[in-house]
Amino acid sequence: MTTVLDTRGGTSPTVPGDVETHDVEAVNQAERRKLYASREKVYPKLAHGQFRTVKWVVMAVTLGIYYALPWLRWHRGPDLPDQAVLIDMANNRYFFFFLEIWPQEFYYVTGLLVLSALALFLATAVAGRVWCGYTCPQTVWTDLMVTVERFWQGDRNARIRLDKERWGPVKIFKKAMTHLSWLLIGVLTGGALIFYFRDAPTLAVELVTGTAPPIAYLFLGIFAFTTYLLGGIAREQVCIYMCPWPRIQGAMTDRYTLLVSYKPERGEPRGPARKAKDGTVDWSARGDCIDCKACVAVCPTGIDIRDGSQLECIQCALCIDACNEIMDKIGRPRDLIAYDTIAKQEAKAKGEHEPHRFVRPRTILYSGVLALVGIVMLAAWFARTTLEVNVQRDRNPPFVRLSEGGVRNGFTVKILNKLHEPRRYAIAAEGLPGASLRIIGFEGAADPLVEVGTDTLRELRLLISIPERDLSALKSPSQDFDIVVRDTGTGAVTRRRTSFQIGGGTQ
Amino acid sequence: MTKKHEVDHVTGVETTGHEWDGIKELNKPLPRWWLLTFYASIVWAIGYWIVYPAWPLANDYTRGIWGYSQRATVAAEVKAGIDAQAGQRAALDKTPLADVRKNPELLRFAMAAGAASFQTNCAACHGRGAQGFVGYPNLNDDDWIWGGSVEDIHKTILHGIRSDAAEARNSAMPRFGIDNMLDKAQIDQAAEYVLSLSGKSTDAAVAAKGAVIFKEQCASCHGPEGKGIVEQGAPNLTDGIWLYGGGKEQVVESIRTGRGGMMPAWQPRLDSVTLKSLAIYVHSLGGGK
Repeated sequence: MTTVLDTRGGTSPTVPGDVETHDVEAVNQAERRKLYASREKVYPKLAHGQFRTVKWVVMAVTLGIYYALPWLRWHRGPDLPDQAVLIDMANNRYFFFFLEIWPQEFYYVTGLLVLSALALFLATAVAGRVWCGYTCPQTVWTDLMVTVERFWQGDRNARIRLDKERWGPVKIFKKAMTHLSWLLIGVLTGGALIFYFRDAPTLAVELVTGTAPPIAYLFLGIFAFTTYLLGGIAREQVCIYMCPWPRIQGAMTDRYTLLVSYKPERGEPRGPARKAKDGTVDWSARGDCIDCKACVAVCPTGIDIRDGSQLECIQCALCIDACNEIMDKIGRPRDLIAYDTIAKQEAKAKGEHEPHRFVRPRTILYSGVLALVGIVMLAAWFARTTLEVNVQRDRNPPFVRLSEGGVRNGFTVKILNKLHEPRRYAIAAEGLPGASLRIIGFEGAADPLVEVGTDTLRELRLLISIPERDLSALKSPSQDFDIVVRDTGTGAVTRRRTSFQIGGGTQ
Repeated sequence: MTKKHEVDHVTGVETTGHEWDGIKELNKPLPRWWLLTFYASIVWAIGYWIVYPAWPLANDYTRGIWGYSQRATVAAEVKAGIDAQAGQRAALDKTPLADVRKNPELLRFAMAAGAASFQTNCAACHGRGAQGFVGYPNLNDDDWIWGGSVEDIHKTILHGIRSDAAEARNSAMPRFGIDNMLDKAQIDQAAEYVLSLSGKSTDAAVAAKGAVIFKEQCASCHGPEGKGIVEQGAPNLTDGIWLYGGGKEQVVESIRTGRGGMMPAWQPRLDSVTLKSLAIYVHSLGGGK
């Protein structure tokens, strides 16, 4: 485990080269946390390095997907929306490229959520809070908002200075532009979200011309406001106070999980590097950490990674970039702060070597369950029928005695054609000797074919009668039989078991 | 003008100056946030009175400047519902009864509308499943006293049976017993004969006597073979369905009293589209011819 060390070291540090040091305190430092504290503003400094690059790429890709996806077209045929991803509330359909989910198939969405959760568990077990650090919308939008803030107000030091300055035209302009940009991002974010619920090109025109439904403006407003509030104003507080995930992730990580960690055994004892007369630093009796606090300056949640792994750390790895830059400058090896595991650190402290272990019970379990759910979902998808038949027998009255002594039962049959073309179905009863079948609305036709239109449900009333002479052939007063629906196009047959009632003891 | 009160020496808080048997009250004011909320609630209430209906008056009530009314809201929603169906209702109104079933969409609408209206208007007598009760016909079966075509059913619903409507279905079976047209023994014989028509075991000798009575008294309406005459509303006596029960006792009672159940005319109560829907729904229950 890492230890919490007293960081109040030397005074004005003298450093070799042009290393910039920061007079900074970690505002959310472990020892400073109270049960209630008003927020101290964090001024994240721009980092440079491989992880920052990865984060730029992830930001571009995730935001790109988010904003562009509703505009992607996907041809499905006439009468159906051609938007690739569309949650069509009005018509109760969810379109996702080649998938089309009906309300009764919502378990696919449940399955997707379960898959996402398991993938999150697995990723957390392997590499800690990669979700939080790179892809969480809160992280991505906060990063975007900070970038915008940096554009108008400058980097960390400039922003601190600006906040301390008295209000004047320049400060008002910079602040106003920042907030206006945030609001604009908010509006675009909310605007993009509602495109997922309605044909995007149509809605865009409607929004601009003011003819969109009021609910669209309402949700645009809500999401614009929450984006502005959570990404622009609240930022790290969402992660620290509002989000449950930091609390849960403690159960997901273990000794073998890759975590952004400071290596105290290499860094300590820390302190400003003082040059000897010959201009070199004697590194033999001291740690590599020169206490420049670059890692603290770049931290978006305002912590000191050197205090060890902590709830506030979203594992964005920007401190790794910041530290590596410094290490390069002072000529020490990189990765004083790096992705590392607790097991490795402990082994190193004892002078042993610990190999990296990806495969362990936890990851096997998560992968196994992930694969299982995936297979179940795939199987369910391939077993998905394009025809659904539902048979409901009349309960009141359960049977009707006819004037000639026969018995008739009524059934409600619902046929759901999920195909994008009309289909014709033949309906028959199997297993009932002497039964005659009638469909309301199809009287007179010898072999009625029921046409069910594209993507629709048709409800039919079915009457099955057995004349008196055949009643004795029934094995019981409640005779099971099949209602068979045959797709006349493909010949596919769907059966539904139900029963024919003649009433006990009425013979 | 604040008068200083005694200060409680334990808590250091001023008292209100009120004293009951030596017990004094500390002057602890209400929390400011609570007071502010309280005042805000008062302001809110006044606003509410102005905007919404609030105060009862002698013959009316204050209506509020927004003119909100739950009754009006419901009325508007009901109207919107009816308006939404306007197209289908107009189409149903235009389409002849027999043609409705050729249009699946119209048939579906008519059946749904009819089912709803049936539960409201008809279920009280005929049952929620239209299964009927003794004296109230089962509408699911194929035995129709006044005819089972959709037009016949429609006419029955419009004008009722033995109702006071001019075009009501009317038939009056004589009260053979009450009016002393037949004596007890004759009624018994007639009943035996009627039962024999549907193959029920009877005393053949008695039934043979009844056959004579039937020919004289009953055949004119129920037909020489007892198969009934729909135009006269005379039920078929040879089948297995009995409106008032098919036991000997019930048949005797039917001959004695003449029965004569009544159904109201619905034309004065329901609109034409609803009446049509009802006919289609009842016809679709299964017995329709």
